[in-house]
Amino acid sequence: MRDRLLRWETALLVLCVVVLVVGAGSDGFAEQSNISFLLLDYSEVALLAFALLPIVLTGEIDLSVASMLGFCSALTGTLWDAGMSFETIVPIVLVAGALLGSVNAVLIVRFGLPSLAVTIGTLGLYRGLAYVLLGDRAVTGFPENFRPLATDSIPGTFLPYATVLVLVVGIAIAVLVHYTPTGRSLYAIGLGAQTARFSGIRVDRIKTTLYLVSGALAALASLVYTLRYNSARADNANGLELVAVAAVLLGGVSIFGGRGTVLGVATALLAMAGLRNVLFLDDVSNEIQNVITGLLLILSVLVPVVFKPRRTKDVPLEPSTVDTERRSGADPDRGVQRDHQGV
Amino acid sequence: MIRASAKESAFAGRELGIVVALVAVVGAATVARPSFLSGQGLHDLFLNASIIGLLAIGQALLVITRNIDLSVGSVMGLTAYLSGQLFLADKDLPVIVVVLAGIGLGAVCGAINGALVAIAKVPALVVTLGTLYVYRGVDYAWASATDTTQINAYQMPQGFLDLGSGSLLGIPNLTIIVLVVLGITAYALHNFRAGRELYAIGSNPDAARLAGIPTGRRVFSAFVISGALVGLGGVLHAAYFGTINASVGTGRELAVVAAVVVGGVAIFGGSGTVVGAVLGALLLTTITSALPILGVPAFWQRAVDGAALLVAISLDRAVMVRLAERLRAERAVRRAG
Repeated sequence: MRDRLLRWETALLVLCVVVLVVGAGSDGFAEQSNISFLLLDYSEVALLAFALLPIVLTGEIDLSVASMLGFCSALTGTLWDAGMSFETIVPIVLVAGALLGSVNAVLIVRFGLPSLAVTIGTLGLYRGLAYVLLGDRAVTGFPENFRPLATDSIPGTFLPYATVLVLVVGIAIAVLVHYTPTGRSLYAIGLGAQTARFSGIRVDRIKTTLYLVSGALAALASLVYTLRYNSARADNANGLELVAVAAVLLGGVSIFGGRGTVLGVATALLAMAGLRNVLFLDDVSNEIQNVITGLLLILSVLVPVVFKPRRTKDVPLEPSTVDTERRSGADPDRGVQRDHQGV
Repeated sequence: MIRASAKESAFAGRELGIVVALVAVVGAATVARPSFLSGQGLHDLFLNASIIGLLAIGQALLVITRNIDLSVGSVMGLTAYLSGQLFLADKDLPVIVVVLAGIGLGAVCGAINGALVAIAKVPALVVTLGTLYVYRGVDYAWASATDTTQINAYQMPQGFLDLGSGSLLGIPNLTIIVLVVLGITAYALHNFRAGRELYAIGSNPDAARLAGIPTGRRVFSAFVISGALVGLGGVLHAAYFGTINASVGTGRELAVVAAVVVGGVAIFGGSGTVVGAVLGALLLTTITSALPILGVPAFWQRAVDGAALLVAISLDRAVMVRLAERLRAERAVRRAG
């Protein structure tokens, strides 16, 4: 298991290097401004991926991250339009994001509904509410004293402020996941929620917190996005959940839960940001870049399956999309529920 | 027998629920605008529900087997664009050739999804989230390579457009097509061995495999059939709307999955019917058509689709819990007696 993990991350590193070498061949890749742009361009995706990572570790998913971003961006625009000061908007939007996440948490943890179905639903719901707030209008003209935080680099370096934010969040998540008992219990939950629950891990509380954090991070990402493009629109970051999910899976996190590292995801993010930048410099259209992201996503789950060493399988291979088995853990009615399927 | 009766009541509750909701929505819309229930109003309603209903039939087959296809919107866009391109190449092409080409391309897209899911054993969610963007990208790339951003009605033969907007005995052609497909699928799913096996796979994939069901082959076939239906849906979209660009069908996957789940197909597989899925599509379409009449801005549509999905799965859950309590009580009574 361990050496397989290492191999995956080595492969990622190789991918990173290849991208950088190919990139060095493109005009303007190695320039400081371009490196800053490359990092900035992926700051929102990175925040969403760091929000998703612990959730996927527990065997769940959150497909609504980009829609939460969109809603929070629309909310920012609406409040700014209404004349509110940006200092007031920031905490409101962060709380709003956490609220959206808590709706997911209530449906998934309290009602015991499958996270896939719930977050496909809230993907539509939150994006829909963003349209309800803003329609097809765009709000612009955000304060010039805040915008540099999302567009500029720290004077004298190539490091954008937004990347510093991403690094702080990434390190916080890494410490949480790898160096705290709670973080280690994420893996236990992912490998078997029922066992974890019987071992005294507060599965429900942890999952609820993860969805709240996911909402708050999406809100944080929305602030960066809105300031960076100086535009709040209901369709901001539409479809960005694909990129975030791709980064998490490409980073070696198992879609079934219980396996993956923050370092892996960070490497994957870097490789994908580099690749996108190289393609951008080579004038490859956005749509073709989406094709490549889609292919990367498929490859990242296909490769481990195809090159799996022949051994007894220790991780169930059924689609996690519908993981009622592991999720329902202590549900008293679970047996009956299964009786009623089929026939 | 207790199990069977409890189950039947659950199903009756579901279908009754959809019908009640339909009546409520239609009633409210009719009060606000009487023409909603006129012959023309109903005609439009069924016409609008047809294509999404077709997609819902295919999606239901997959969800019953514990799979999902998020790439339907992209496949539909791709086949709609294909029909336009074929007529650009040769306007005299027989309509049936274009229809078959669309079905074929859809089936190929479905086969790619199915091969990755069934043979490589990769979760359908991830595969189809990936192919959603791959197929859409191919669509855009095709449009930009041929420098054709939009294909208009005048570039397509009248016979093809008539297929989309015409009707037979007052029933829209599209609705007839959907009803025929629905009849065949519902019959096959209920009576054919392979159809029953789809439920077994969705109920418990491991048990199904142990029982000798070729699960990989069945799931693959479900993806191919679903893809073919989506392909047909794309061609019909082109015939109905007469204007095609590379963004046709974007985001439709949400409405399709919502329709299927609202129609009573359990998202974790093993139960539900294609009739329910089509009823779900009809309900969602009716709500969408009724919104502007009831004074709700059209911007609410996406939110309503998402909310409908959430309400449906929450209700399912509540019904399950109630059923479980009743069964437990009945069991306790039997044990005592």
